[in-house]
Amino acid sequence: MSVVEQHLKPYSREWLLSDRPTSRKQARIGRAYVIWQRFAENRLALFGLMIIIGLLFVAAFADVLAPHNPLQGDLRYARLLPPGSDGYLLGTDDQGRDILSRLIHGSRLTLLVVVLVAVIAAPVGLIVGTVSGYAGGWVDAVLMRITDIFLAFPKLVLALALVAALGPGIENAILAIAITSWPPYARIARAETMTFRNSEFISAVQLMGASPFRIVLRHVMPLCLSSLIVRVTLDMAGIILTAAGLGFLGLGAQPPLPEWGAMIASGRRFILDQWWVAAMPGAAILIVSLGFNLLGDGLRDALDPKEAGQ
Amino acid sequence: MTTTALSVRDMLVVYEDFAALNRVSLDVQHQESFGIVGESGSGKSTLLRAISGLSAFQEGSLTVDSRNFNGRKRDREFYRTVQMVFQDPYGSLHPRQTVDRLLLEPLAIHGFDNVDARIARALDEVGLGSGFRFRYSHQLSGGQRQRIAIARALIVEPKILLLDEPTSALDASIQAEILNLLEQARRDRSLTFVMVSHDLGVISHMCERLAVMKSGEIVEILPADALEKRQFSADYTRQLLVASEGFRRD
Repeated sequence: MSVVEQHLKPYSREWLLSDRPTSRKQARIGRAYVIWQRFAENRLALFGLMIIIGLLFVAAFADVLAPHNPLQGDLRYARLLPPGSDGYLLGTDDQGRDILSRLIHGSRLTLLVVVLVAVIAAPVGLIVGTVSGYAGGWVDAVLMRITDIFLAFPKLVLALALVAALGPGIENAILAIAITSWPPYARIARAETMTFRNSEFISAVQLMGASPFRIVLRHVMPLCLSSLIVRVTLDMAGIILTAAGLGFLGLGAQPPLPEWGAMIASGRRFILDQWWVAAMPGAAILIVSLGFNLLGDGLRDALDPKEAGQ
Repeated sequence: MTTTALSVRDMLVVYEDFAALNRVSLDVQHQESFGIVGESGSGKSTLLRAISGLSAFQEGSLTVDSRNFNGRKRDREFYRTVQMVFQDPYGSLHPRQTVDRLLLEPLAIHGFDNVDARIARALDEVGLGSGFRFRYSHQLSGGQRQRIAIARALIVEPKILLLDEPTSALDASIQAEILNLLEQARRDRSLTFVMVSHDLGVISHMCERLAVMKSGEIVEILPADALEKRQFSADYTRQLLVASEGFRRD
């Protein structure tokens, strides 16, 4: 190798794209950079990413950004004011609370739901799927029949049943959604695992004397990860909608929490005369769902080139 | 002193009701290079897979370094002794791991110390410098990949190397390089080779003795120089030899 290549300036473009990385770190960062490049080619995906970053920003600085108290309104002078009223950009609801402030604080709840569901459901699905796909035989049969049972219930109905059993509340809604959303991940991870469980690079690791546990954890899971990340991101919109649906039915976040679905539910009563009470949280759900979908599409193109263009 | 490194007795591998290996027996001596030739589907790869434990054998016995093994179960000690190089260098390296990770894995599994030095030495030994250490397998050519696969097999310091058509996926000039590399490694490390190939030329170049297989059975076992002197008894060996010469240009 040439001397020139050894002395690339760290973090320069050439250093990142070098064919001959000189350290573990450079190889890893270089790979991430290539993925980022592929992602950044997609304008819509960048737009989606901006929406999500915006959501994170709003959630992080909700206390500073919100102009009014999200829980206590001005019942006397500010009931059901239309959007654009003095000091109330998006109007107020029936209790005189500023809708913008409620939306800003509600972003925290939305983010909490999405993140917790992803953190609970994705690993469960990944473990069940990879173990089942790699082990085969009766392990596979048992795990997949359990997955089938969960898949057989409509998502919202099973979530309803769980919330009914555990009691309404945002924590139980999260748990219910998580329990109902892992089976598709398990299916994906299993299908992916089965495509390479008999491949030679897995045989090679077996021939090193690696335990099945080690093979699944260190060699199979990393390969399933990218399609799983894509799928989870694409599902986030659905998770938000399910959470909003539970909120709408009164089984998710309880009043006075500014959960977007619950806000729509409370606006339903005067949807004909004061449309903004229900429409504003609806728009927020729409924008965030769209953001996650665009991001997921972009991630799929970047991480999983073989599925791109579908 | 020559002793038996690997001994296969009456090995039977049946898939449903098709006998892929029909009571195969052979003995490989220490530091010997033993070849197995045969047409496609003759069971030569099945034999290697059954020895390595990748597929199970139903009957018969396998003795490696005077330890008996059966079925599929092999312990970690077995894999310290026996390693394998696969046919397809494009399929045998993990697509998401750097060379460094690939070589680290066997060292981690077998609890070797001094891993950095060992990886550097392994890369040197297969003629790849440290510049290749942090590449992903898609950044390597076929020949380079096969060198990495060989380095991975050798890094745990095995005594027996199973070679499943290690050069048939490579083009002719690279083939010679890889064969020379294997020959060098065998001399340096006093390895025992069991090499499968459909190429009689490769086998007679690399091996001292060879077995000719057909339909899951061993037709005959003969020294490699007997091929040149045409001292073989089985008609099938002659056919195989004629077939392979048919493609020679000299």
